Amino acid sequence: MKSEKKQAEKIKEISGVNPLKCMKCGKCSATCPSFAEMDIKPHQFVSYVQNEEIEELTKSVSLWKCLSCFACVERCPRDVKPGKIIDAVRQLVEREKDGDYLSPNEIPELLDPEIPQQLLVSAFRRYRR
Amino acid sequence: MQRIGVFVCHCGSNIAATVDVKKVVEMAMCEPGVVHAEDYPYMCSEAGQAKIQAAIKEKNLGGVVVCSCSPRMHENTFRKAAEKAGLNPYMVEIANIREHCSWIHKNMEEATEKAVILMKAAVAKVNLNTPLQAGESRVTKRALVIGGGIAGIQTALDIAEAGYPVDIVEKTPSIGGRMSQLDKTFPTLDCSACILTPKMVEANAHPNINIYTYSEVEKVSGFVGDFTVDIRKKARSVDMSKCTGCGVCQEKCPNKKTPNEFNRGLNNRSAIYTPFAQAIPNVPVIDREHCTKFLTGKCGICAKVCQAGAVDYEQQDEIITEKYGAIVVATGFNMINLDKYDEYAYSQSKDVITSLELERIMNAAGPTKGHLERLSDGKAPKEMVFIQCVGSRCADKRGKSYCSKICCMYTAKHAMLIRDKYPDVNVTVFYIDVRTPGKNFDEFYRRAVEEYGVNYIKGQVGKVIPQPDGKLLVQGSDLLSNKQILKEADMVVLAAAIEPEPGVRNIATMLTASIDTNDFLTEAHAKLRPVESPTAGIFLSGVCQGPKDIPETVSQAGAAAVKAIGLLAKDKLTTNPCTAKADELMCNGCSQCANVCPYGAISYETKLINDHGVREDRRVAVVNSALCQGCGACTVTCPSGAMDLQGFSNRQILAEVDAICR
Repeated sequence: MKSEKKQAEKIKEISGVNPLKCMKCGKCSATCPSFAEMDIKPHQFVSYVQNEEIEELTKSVSLWKCLSCFACVERCPRDVKPGKIIDAVRQLVEREKDGDYLSPNEIPELLDPEIPQQLLVSAFRRYRR
Repeated sequence: MQRIGVFVCHCGSNIAATVDVKKVVEMAMCEPGVVHAEDYPYMCSEAGQAKIQAAIKEKNLGGVVVCSCSPRMHENTFRKAAEKAGLNPYMVEIANIREHCSWIHKNMEEATEKAVILMKAAVAKVNLNTPLQAGESRVTKRALVIGGGIAGIQTALDIAEAGYPVDIVEKTPSIGGRMSQLDKTFPTLDCSACILTPKMVEANAHPNINIYTYSEVEKVSGFVGDFTVDIRKKARSVDMSKCTGCGVCQEKCPNKKTPNEFNRGLNNRSAIYTPFAQAIPNVPVIDREHCTKFLTGKCGICAKVCQAGAVDYEQQDEIITEKYGAIVVATGFNMINLDKYDEYAYSQSKDVITSLELERIMNAAGPTKGHLERLSDGKAPKEMVFIQCVGSRCADKRGKSYCSKICCMYTAKHAMLIRDKYPDVNVTVFYIDVRTPGKNFDEFYRRAVEEYGVNYIKGQVGKVIPQPDGKLLVQGSDLLSNKQILKEADMVVLAAAIEPEPGVRNIATMLTASIDTNDFLTEAHAKLRPVESPTAGIFLSGVCQGPKDIPETVSQAGAAAVKAIGLLAKDKLTTNPCTAKADELMCNGCSQCANVCPYGAISYETKLINDHGVREDRRVAVVNSALCQGCGACTVTCPSGAMDLQGFSNRQILAEVDAICR
């Protein structure tokens, strides 16, 4: 297992998010439609990454409850994009399972029921932008 | 060749920690013309200045180079010191080895090399310097204040009390500004009108104050001490000398469908109107864009009912040209447009309002006569939610990057007033931070919480969803209990960010006063010259310079007045002798310099010129040195190289470049 510090750096790299921009207003959690089902709330994701506490994030059920609707990304007044952090943690978890990387074109053939739906939805939303 | 002395300042460790000052001294001695060089920890101190003066006398110096901070900081200090020792002050040059060198470099070797180069350039320039004599310009003892809000009124009153005439130019039909729209003021809760209207009356009655309402500044020329300003007095369509202010015209006007700006468009007004009852002057204007007479030609009721015969449909705009010594900008602020904040449903629900709209609703002269009620159905609210920081502290393009500063306090005020007057109404405030620096400010906020039971929740609101039954569902964060809150409210109040009045950009351009990326006017020094613009003779009062509340605005207004009085009190101003000069022998009279001159300082005359024995009449450029500001635009435009800037001649600049490249 890589150190949490390295993982935090990786999450920042994948998401392009700088957690230091957060002013802790909580608008992300205020706007989140899946808030009730999450153990770690969207605004907490930002501080967990800032504090390099990644282990807990990777085990969080929130990863698979986030709808990737990106309302938090849209409405964040500081342009922090908490939804992209959640997305990056999801990717981190999946990548560490078997280290391989995919190109988007290979996805349709490989689709199987085991792939978490959020990962696909999020990926498609991300590539649409 | 001049006899030059070079003085290298350590500025404590500011320079000496990064630049090897001894090395600069050593290298200076190798420069042509340098007969003396030394270093000292603080050149600007008494002792440092004495060293320069002693060297001028002992070594009979003809030129001085001080390697120190920016010339903006101490050029004047060193020039004065040199003058006392008998040297022409314009024989002193500054090599900026602090801001341009030590502060921006880390490597000592490289920084020292750069400092030596900057020193060499300054020495090369001084070698070509010639003594210059400063001239004088007159001061028009009259001030102009742009904006008639509390900032402009206070500045005008203070200048007028000092004995100088002041004109206030206000673009709306009455002075009073934003403060006249407020109901109560924090932290003492006194009524805004009760403390403002006496000041309005005082300004109106003051023999030294002249008020132009419904007027705008149209053109500004000239410079410090001698500005010429064109003011457009828009046609009021009512003769101010005849109108008695009886108000019958407004009552009888059949067209009452124009949104009332003073009440933020929450109700309508007549086409002929005064913005509010205590308006000064108490003379209505006809809003020609909405008046039936002007739109269709059929009406004219106001003229018929006016006993004084004051209504004049033929009145034209009038341009007044006046001279001023000083100009104070007091243009104030507006609330930002909330159209881009869909999530708060401002444009979808009448019951989502801004704080300034609430201010009007709570005012006895407002659209609901001071009753707190929902604008959609007129019902009294039971649950009210306030949302802070709407558009303030935003990194995105929808809002403003700054804190609007006044919202925390006025929200506490609103919450407290509502709980006081309507104890059965629950008030919830969603906040990110509560910022209450100011005398008795935090105590005020704590009273709202502890005595009035206002419910403060730390967390921003994500969205406001209008419900079919007319309620508003507020979904927000409670960060301290890590919960998402769903709350049904009857009214939602948004603390929208404030922004400078949009017209300020145009005014700043006319005044050549600089503004920042948020359109706030820039001060000459953020800490030490906070009420002066970098443009001489222009002063700043109130929110046009940055967000501030009423106490701060009034203090700044007084400070701006003092600065303006300081200028008006002078009979003459010393002018900068670094002005342009045309070489008559080289000038071909093409007029290109006059076309680019922003100050109108260049004219032409036909003169008998003796060009190496050939005598002929030629059209040549003449610079009015009182008007010239030394910007140098003409020198780079002149195709024949006839224009030169004294103190910054082409030869001097090129000598500096040569020294740098050597």
